[in-house]
Amino acid sequence: MFSQGFVTSRLEKAIGWARKYSLFQYPFVTACCGMEYMAAAASHYDIDRFGAGFPRFSPRQADVLWVVGTINHKMAPVLKMVYDQMCEPKWVIAFGVCTCTGGFYDNYATVQGIDTIIPVDVYIPGCPPRPETVLDGLMKLQEKIQHSRQEF
Amino acid sequence: MAEDSLTLTKLREKFAGHIVETHSFRGDDTASIQPAAIVPVATFLKVDPELDYNYLMDLTAVDCLRLGKPYRFEVVYHFFSLAKKHRVRVKLPVEARNPEVNSISSLWAGADWYEREVWDMFGIKFRGHPNLKRILMYEEFEGHPLRKDYPIRKRQPLIGPGSPSQPQPK
Repeated sequence: MFSQGFVTSRLEKAIGWARKYSLFQYPFVTACCGMEYMAAAASHYDIDRFGAGFPRFSPRQADVLWVVGTINHKMAPVLKMVYDQMCEPKWVIAFGVCTCTGGFYDNYATVQGIDTIIPVDVYIPGCPPRPETVLDGLMKLQEKIQHSRQEF
Repeated sequence: MAEDSLTLTKLREKFAGHIVETHSFRGDDTASIQPAAIVPVATFLKVDPELDYNYLMDLTAVDCLRLGKPYRFEVVYHFFSLAKKHRVRVKLPVEARNPEVNSISSLWAGADWYEREVWDMFGIKFRGHPNLKRILMYEEFEGHPLRKDYPIRKRQPLIGPGSPSQPQPK
């Protein structure tokens, strides 16, 4: 294909391909899952292989919001504000069981799943999830990005 | 019970009228005192050269609602002496109605946030505290979550389902 000097593709597919391999992430790290996030991001598991090695500490420059760790009711408006500040297209990963469902924190303080506040694209369960699970979740998100309608 | 710990002996000598009970279990000294006496007792523990309790290790409370006690709350202080390496636990029985004790934040600055936490979680007020407001929960939160009569299923979200802007669909 390349030997002929040109490639054919659909524009939408090309954009999806570009987007899924250049995910700027915003790590919203609140709890112990942060350690596992660091393990997945650092050289041993090397999240950069998937084009997601660039954390931006401003939501305005980020594509993916990683919600890593327990979110309590006091924190919820902050998380919502961070999400609202992100530019389209944007995605959310719920990292760890606390963000998925509240986990074992079924009490007065804890949000029972961040999907009650913001939309979530990929849920990564585990307490904490293994780096392999995290990378699997990231690949699921990439698949989703590739196959979704691209707005530009 | 035979007690020969220096702290309890001195406390019983000096505050005989205010001591409710003392015991020493396997070397752990505990003194229950009347709430009104906490500031003089704490001051004595701190300034007495033989006792020299210069470190407030912990300040917390217990809700004794279903423990069959004649009082509702216990405010618990743990003091430690860094120089003498001894420690003592002081307990104050507090009534259910308008629970209030005197603040010791003028003696240990560290008591400031502990007392705010006890206020936040148990609703016990501290007289003379410079800034007694919630420390862990948000200002909109109603009630005190570690009280045993706080409904275990009660949720007070700020946003999302069940919040004031989005009442829970039943």
